[in-house]
Amino acid sequence: MKRYLLKKLLIYILTFFFAATINWAIPRFMPGNPIHFLISRFATLPESAKVLQSYFTQAFGLDRPLIEQYINFWKAFSKGDLGISIYLYPQPVLKVILRSLPYTILLLLPAIIVSFIIGNKFGAFVARKKRLDNIALPIFYTLTAAPYFWFGILLAWLFGVVLKIFPIAGAYSFAMTPSFSWRFVSNYLYHWILPFSSLVLVMLGGWAIGMRNMIIYELEANYSRYMEALGASSKLIRRYAYRNAILPQVTGLAIQLGTAVAGTLTTEIVFSYPGIGYILMQGILNQDYFLIQGCFLFIILGVLIANFIVDILYLIIDPRIRKSYTGEV
Amino acid sequence: MSLKEFIYFFLRNKKVITALCILGFLTIISIFGPLLTPYSPIEFVGMPYQSPNKQHWLGTNTFGQDLFTQTVYGLRSSLLVGLLGGGLATVVGLIVGFMAGYKGGWFDEFLMMLTNILMVIPTLALLIIIAAYLPYRGVFIQSVIIGLTAWPWTARAVRAQTLSLKTREFVDLARITATKPLKIIFYEIMPNMMSYVFMVFILQFGGAILAATGLDFIGLGPTRGTSLGIMLQQATLWNAIQLGMWWWAITPGALITLIVATLYIMNTGLDEVFNPRLREM
Repeated sequence: MKRYLLKKLLIYILTFFFAATINWAIPRFMPGNPIHFLISRFATLPESAKVLQSYFTQAFGLDRPLIEQYINFWKAFSKGDLGISIYLYPQPVLKVILRSLPYTILLLLPAIIVSFIIGNKFGAFVARKKRLDNIALPIFYTLTAAPYFWFGILLAWLFGVVLKIFPIAGAYSFAMTPSFSWRFVSNYLYHWILPFSSLVLVMLGGWAIGMRNMIIYELEANYSRYMEALGASSKLIRRYAYRNAILPQVTGLAIQLGTAVAGTLTTEIVFSYPGIGYILMQGILNQDYFLIQGCFLFIILGVLIANFIVDILYLIIDPRIRKSYTGEV
Repeated sequence: MSLKEFIYFFLRNKKVITALCILGFLTIISIFGPLLTPYSPIEFVGMPYQSPNKQHWLGTNTFGQDLFTQTVYGLRSSLLVGLLGGGLATVVGLIVGFMAGYKGGWFDEFLMMLTNILMVIPTLALLIIIAAYLPYRGVFIQSVIIGLTAWPWTARAVRAQTLSLKTREFVDLARITATKPLKIIFYEIMPNMMSYVFMVFILQFGGAILAATGLDFIGLGPTRGTSLGIMLQQATLWNAIQLGMWWWAITPGALITLIVATLYIMNTGLDEVFNPRLREM
C-alpha cells in the first residue's frame, strides 16, 4: 500500500517539476521577446517604459545564462516568490492568488462531488430502462457537449435576466466585505448558486453517460447472468453491478479533474467571480506574465493534490489494489 | 467486417445518418457561408441591438455587426480547428501509442511516463500559457497547439490495444517472416484498429472544438478573423446578457453544443455499426 502511494507521489512530484519547467521555458523559447512585447504597451509613456524595461530584465534575470536563470527560478520558487503582479502592482503574485483561491475551491470542489454522485446515480437508473434511456441519453450528450461557460451564460440569462431570481455577477454584493457573519454567508451562497449549478449540470452529463455504459456492460457480464439464473432479485444484481461500475468512474474522476479546472476558469469569467480563473483572465488581458505563470503553477498544484486524493480514495474502494500491494492475495 | 457489411449497417443506423446529415449541412454552410450573406463579419452594417429579424437573421450586436455573418464565418474556423487539431492529436496519439505498445521495454516506460505527466496537466492551463506568449495567433497555430496537447489519452488507449493485438497469431506470423516492425504496425495491427481510430478521431474533433472555444473565450483566440468562441467572448465582454441580448450570447454556444453533441451521438452510432453486440435486431 505504501509502495503504491509512494510510486504515485513520485509521479506527481515529477509532473510538477515538468510543468514548472514548461512554465519557465515557454516565455523564453517563444518567438518574440515578452519584454519588448510588454514595453510596447507602455510606449506612450517613455519614462515608465524605461523603468519597466529595467524592472523586467532584472525580474526575469534575462541577462544571465539560461542555466542560471533556471536555477534562480527554483530558488525564488522555494521561497514562495512568484514575482510581482504588473496589473495589481505592487502586490506579490502569491498574495493575489491566495486571496482568490478560496473562491475557486469552494466552487469547484462541491460541484465535482455533487455532479459525481448525482450523475452516477442517474446514469445507473437510466440504464436498461429503454424508454427513459431514449429520452435521457440525448440530454446527457447535450450537457457534456456544451462548453461549461456557455451553460453559465444560459443560466445567467434565464434566472438572472428573464426571471430575475439570482444575481449574475460577483461572489457577493458590492456593498459587503467578506466576513463570517450570517448576512455575508447567505449573500455569498445566493451568488454562488448559479455558477455552481452550471458546473454541476455540465459535469453531470459525462458521469451519467459513463455510468450508463458501464452498467449495461456489467449487467451483461457472466456474473450477472449467473446471479439471474440463480434467481437473485434484479435489485441485488444491480447493486453488484453498481459496485463494479463505480471503480472505473473513480479513475475517470482523476482524469476529469483537469477538464473541471477549465470549466471553473471560464465559468468564473462569465459570472465575474473573483477566483483564479477571473484573476487569470485579468492577467491575460493585461499581459501580466507573472500573474499568468503563478496561476498556472497553482492550478497544476491543485490538480495534482486532487489527483493524489483520488488515488487514496481508489485504494480504499478497490480491494484489488489494496491487496496486490500488501501481498494479501 | 467486409465493406459491404459495413455499408449495410452504416446506412441502417439512425444515429449515424442523423449525425451525418447535421454535420453535412453545417459543413456546407461553413463552406458556402460567404455567398449566403452580403456583409463581412467585421463590417458595421445596421442598427445595433437588433433582435433576430428579416434583414439580420440572427440579429446585430452592440456595434451593429451582422451576427449571422459572424456565425457563418465563425463556424468555418471552428470546424477547421476541429479537423486540424483533432487530426493532429489523433496522429500523434497513434504514433506514440503504437511505438510504446509495440516496442515495449524502457522505451515504453519512458513514453508512458511522458504521457501520464501530460495527462495530469490541465490542457487548458497549458494552452493558456502557450497562447499567451504567442505574439501572433492564427487558426492554424491554435490547431497545432491544441493537437500537440490533446493526444495523451489516445496514446494510452492505442497502446493498450496494440499490446493485445501484438500477441495474436497473424502478427507472430509476420514477425517470423522477418517483416519490419514499421510494416507490421501499418499492415497488420493498424487495419484491425481502423474502426477504433476513426472513433478516436471523432472524439478528438469535438474535443479540439471545445478547447478552441475555451481559448477564444478567454481572449486567446486567433488575433484576426472571427470564431464562435470569439463571438461568445465579445458578448460577455460587452455584457450582452445583462442587456438582455440573448441572441448574441446564446446562438454561437448553441451551435457549438450542437456540433459536439452530434459528434458524440455519431460516435455511439458508429460503435453500434462496428460492434455487433451493441446492435439492436
